[in-house]
Parts: sequence; structure tokens; C-alpha cells
Amino acid sequence: MAKTVMPFGPQHPVLPEPIHLTLVLEDDIVQEVLPNIGYCHRGIEKGCERNAYWKNPRLVEHVCGICNFMHAQAYCEAVEKALEMEVPPRAKYLRVIWAELNRIRSHLLWLGLLADAFGFESLFMQFWRIREKSVFLIEKTTGNRIIFSTCVVGGVNKDIPNDYLRGEFTKVLKEIKADVEELLPVLLKDPTVKARCVGKGVLSKEDAHKLGAVGPTARGSGLRQDMRLTGHAAYGELDFEPVVEPDGDSYARALVRAKEVLQSIELILEAIGKIPDTEIFIKPDHWPEKEAFSRIEQPRGELIYYVKGNGTRYLERCKIRTPTFANIPPLLAMLPGCEMADVPIITLSIDPCIACTER
Amino acid sequence: MPWMIPRILKNLFGGPATIRYPFEKREPFLFENFRGRFEHDSEKCDLCGDCQRLCPSEAIKVDEENRTVTWDPFKCIYCHICVESCFHQALKPVVEYTLPAYVKKQVVWQVPEKK
Repeated sequence: MAKTVMPFGPQHPVLPEPIHLTLVLEDDIVQEVLPNIGYCHRGIEKGCERNAYWKNPRLVEHVCGICNFMHAQAYCEAVEKALEMEVPPRAKYLRVIWAELNRIRSHLLWLGLLADAFGFESLFMQFWRIREKSVFLIEKTTGNRIIFSTCVVGGVNKDIPNDYLRGEFTKVLKEIKADVEELLPVLLKDPTVKARCVGKGVLSKEDAHKLGAVGPTARGSGLRQDMRLTGHAAYGELDFEPVVEPDGDSYARALVRAKEVLQSIELILEAIGKIPDTEIFIKPDHWPEKEAFSRIEQPRGELIYYVKGNGTRYLERCKIRTPTFANIPPLLAMLPGCEMADVPIITLSIDPCIACTER
Repeated sequence: MPWMIPRILKNLFGGPATIRYPFEKREPFLFENFRGRFEHDSEKCDLCGDCQRLCPSEAIKVDEENRTVTWDPFKCIYCHICVESCFHQALKPVVEYTLPAYVKKQVVWQVPEKK
């Protein structure tokens, strides 16, 4: 049988962002995949070296719009480690609340996109209707729908009043929870959805470990790996167990994300119960001289920031390793052997964020 | 799809989830921390330049010689660091989006001489 080379992307209805995969097909079965990235490189790492370090949280937030708070949080935690300073406890709890809100928004967006990818338009609209409630909470607490701009080096720059957190905030979160619980059976039990997802793009536990999969891709393959377990911010004081599914197919990864939405709501409610009343910001008293790492859990997986200071207000180096970059090798292991029609869903199942990957 | 029937019935007899935007507008924002356009109070400003130093996108320029503050609404990323950092509270947020425009015009505020 002759081989056919088929381009997939960079413009494709299922992809919100540009990635190009060269598929080598043999009778509609994928034999070989070659990825090609580099369509939206913006040079943000270099930009971080040219800005004063306190301006960078606003720049790294624009690495990715969907998970912008985690980028600012990871950068601030790295610089705080380099400055050897401790953030006030209330700021840590507020960071957890906003980070988990960000995760809810990102996962609901992805669940909608998944429904859209196999043509289930009405489910897509229902998920985005729920997502709008989380966007509403973000707008009320930070002032804008998408970009948070609340995390700064030394704490956070906005406070949420306790009575609002325990009143309307909790009420809307419980509404989101009820709505998600109502819609999840549609996504998870429907036979057409199962026909498109179960057994497609299988990644075994050994492959996930060997190829360095992170986040829901790793947890969907049975690896118990979650950076929140390291106890950064206030996660050490909260009680949670990562969602792990053993199957390793597209359906398992969707299940992990769906359950994580409910888990994030529980985490926020727990954080609201424990939040202390302290100040929210401490001004850094010197410029960073040392180097530091920070690892946090983004909706897509582990996000690493490395910063190196040189005693001036500019950083010597700021390195960003984003989760999608780590998840591309596992994607290349998933694709061979599947049908051409399954490529969009499998590509979507790692939740690709190309703007993150290329920075 | 038996699992979607409750939702279908709710959508059938409930109101729409969307708002007819230009005719209906949402209630105002809580805590007055909406990040949109802001205005400059020339009486309070003393041209210290804190906003210019802290602005991540370099959208504000303070000219001490000509006593002007220039703001570029199309360079601004609306993080409101300038509003929070202003010691004299000369920059005041307005609950209003910045509207699109045909020409990218800068806003120049003149600061009068202080006695």
C-alpha cells in the first residue's frame, strides 16, 4: 500500500491555535507523525530580561490567556524564592482561590471544545454557559473577564472581602457545581461520545512516565503526579487527593478534567473556610541576586519557571517550561495506529496550548 | 439522550442565558475595582512619575518640562498598576470600556502650575 503524506494544521477547525502535524498515512491509518511548531513565537523570555522584575508578572500573564493567573503566580513564586521572602498567609490563600477559579474556567472551556470537536454543538453551548458563571466571578473579584492582573511579587494587589467570599461567591460556586453535575452524565455516559473517545489514543503508564507526560495527560494514564502535592502557595494546608484514571485513553483524560472541575470547587470552598485575616502584600526590600525554580500545577500540567537575578532590577535569565511542550512527545506516541478521523480528538485530548509552548 | 432531557426542559421554559447587550445592560460591578478607562485629576498630580516607572507596557509618559501626562489607550493593558500606585490618587478609574477608534490617538493631560 502506498503511503500518503497529509498535512494537519496549522489552520484546522478543531485547533484554536496553530500547530502543524505532518501525518504519514497508510490506508487511513496513521503511521508516522512529525510536529512542526513555531508559528506564534513572541520572544517573551527575552522580554522578561529587558523589563524591571516587578513589571514581568503582567508580561508573563500574556504568555497564555487561558491560564494567565498561574503564569503570574509561578513567576512571582520563583522571584520570591530568589528574594528569600515569605508571602503573607492571606495572599497565599487568595492565590489558591484565584488559581482554582482559573482551573475551573480552563477545564470548562476544554470540555466545551471537546464536545464541539465531535459535533455535539448543544453540549458545547451548555458547558460555555456554565463557564460564563466562573468568568463572572473572576470579573467581580479582579475587575476583568480574562486577565487577572492580581498577582504581584510579594503577595497580591487586591483583596476579596470575607463577607463576599462567604456569601455570593460560595453561592455561585455551588450553582456551578450543580450545573456541572447535571451535565456530566451527558458527556460521560452518551454512547456516541464513548464511541469517539474510549480506546482512542492510548498512552500506557510506562510510556507516560518515560516520555515525561504532565498534568491530566499523565493522570489519565494512571500516574499520580500533581505539583499541588508539593504544597506551594497554601496547598500544603488543604486536604486533597489528585484525580487519577488508569485507562490512558482520550476518555480517561476527559474524565480527569471533568472530575477536577468538581475537585477545584471543593478546594476553593475549603480555602474559604480556612482563610486567615492578615495583610496581603509585603514590599520586597532588595533586588534578586540568587537563582530559583518554581513548579506549579497549571490546568494542563506542570509549569516550571527558572529565574536568575544579578543584583540589579533586571533579571539575568527567565526560563519558562510550559506543560504542552512536555506533552507533545506523548502525543506523538499516541497518534500512530489511529485512524485519520480520530487525529483531531486525540490532539485535543492533551489540551494543546500552542501560545504557551512557543512563548 | 435521556440525560439531557432535564436541561432541555429547563431551557425550553426558562429565559434565555444571554443578554440583549446594547438594549439591556448588566448591573454595575462590585467593590468598584473594574479595570477599564481612567481619568486624570490635574489638580492632584505633582508629576512624580511613579505611573511611568511602574507601567509594564510603557503606555504613560510624564513630561516634567512641558507639565503634561500622555496616556496611550491602545498600548495600555489595563492592569491598573498606575491607579493603585498613584500616591496622590490623581488617576481615577471610570466604570467604562475603552471604545474602539479609527485613529490611534493619545490622550494628553495638561497639569497646571502649582502655587
